[in-house]
Amino acid sequence: MASLIEFENVEFNYGPARPVLRDCSFALAPSERLALLGANGSGKSTLLRLAVGLLHPRAGRIAAFGQPRAVERDFHEVRRRAGMLFQDSDDQLFCPTVAEDVAFGPLNLGKPRDEVRRITAETLRNVGLEGYEHRITYRLSGGEKRLVALATVLAMQPEVLLLDEPTAGLDEASSQRILQLLARLPQAMILVSHDRDFLGRIATHRLRLSEGRLLPADHE
Amino acid sequence: MVTQPTLLLRGPSLVDRIDPRVRVLAAVVFSIVTALLSSLVALGLALACTASLAMVSGLRLAPAARRLAGLNGVMLLLAAVVPLSVEGTALFALGSWTWSREGLLLAATIALKANAILLAVLVLLATLDLVVLGHALHHFYVPEKLVHLLLFTVRYIDVLEQEYGRLREAMRLRAFRPGLSSHTYRSFGYLIGMLLVRSVDRSERIVAAMKCRGFQGKFWLLDHFAMSWADAWFGAAAVAVVIGMIVLQWRA
Repeated sequence: MASLIEFENVEFNYGPARPVLRDCSFALAPSERLALLGANGSGKSTLLRLAVGLLHPRAGRIAAFGQPRAVERDFHEVRRRAGMLFQDSDDQLFCPTVAEDVAFGPLNLGKPRDEVRRITAETLRNVGLEGYEHRITYRLSGGEKRLVALATVLAMQPEVLLLDEPTAGLDEASSQRILQLLARLPQAMILVSHDRDFLGRIATHRLRLSEGRLLPADHE
Repeated sequence: MVTQPTLLLRGPSLVDRIDPRVRVLAAVVFSIVTALLSSLVALGLALACTASLAMVSGLRLAPAARRLAGLNGVMLLLAAVVPLSVEGTALFALGSWTWSREGLLLAATIALKANAILLAVLVLLATLDLVVLGHALHHFYVPEKLVHLLLFTVRYIDVLEQEYGRLREAMRLRAFRPGLSSHTYRSFGYLIGMLLVRSVDRSERIVAAMKCRGFQGKFWLLDHFAMSWADAWFGAAAVAVVIGMIVLQWRA
């Protein structure tokens, strides 16, 4: 079966003096959970942003769901089918109430309101946040915010999850909660994390970003 | 910080049962008509009606009084100054300064208007959740950009305040004490500059996150408002009051 997301010799920099990715190639197969390792600033988040077209490569090709993707228009479909969880949940949650935030994605997809309401309730139940519908997002704890952010992504029923440090800054209990949730999900994933224990229990493959290059890291 | 609308009311209230759109419309029409009136009797009716609405809906006394006190401080100042500049029957004089009766009446009209409008806005609008207010404005075809601006301000003012607090604390931890020095001004300049830079950064990340969830420039609202009999009664009462005010003005 074809790969879900594929990078071919992708290069990217934020300016001539700062090469970030050089000649990066990888492919994400269905139901694969790919861990992305690397030091701070090595380009892991950049790689995720390239995959959904928030950034565009200087050279090389990106394909998603069997189609080459190059311009902004191509990525609208990719963003619908690939859900991205941001590092800072405050960036992701912008609606006043939890229900409105979870509903934002499905409403953008043009789903009827009754169905959106059903999806919202169901998604919140799945992440263990039943009854949180009318809570105010900015008054939630860090762990709850991360769970709501995950719910907003899952509500779009994505085929691939791109997770940028899903447990960063969370306490032990909240991390465990996220971990158990992710382990249950059927979707293919690209995971950026520094938490070795976490990756050990979830990832099926590992890659390391080092000086802009992707190296296999399954032995680590 | 934004006052929580619920803190203005003593428990569940009558105004909660009125559709936000009706409340916005009533407050706007009432404010405009009140601002145009000049008859003391008509203005007295306006103030009496808003005051009774405030009582019936259980507006908390302390926060309402604080706001009214601020306004009436300015009104006292007006009462002292306006009679000086209006010609008419002299009430009393101090040297070359004379306070006129007409001027005092004018100051009283202004005070009545201001209090009536402030009370109406307090009961009808300030008790609305800002988000609901945003949605109601959307129904009145207020430009989408302005509504979004309001909604985003509500959501992110807290984040910005926290960011400011963190930076300020970090400054304090390095023994920063504000004083009358160029060092203080420069440091506060840096603080504000850094807040701006971070806000721009954050707004870019927010837009990115929204795009990832299929945002293409249009907001969809999850909740719809629904009219009820309470709205019809309230609307009829509001119309009657406004007409009464206009009739009193016309006969005066």
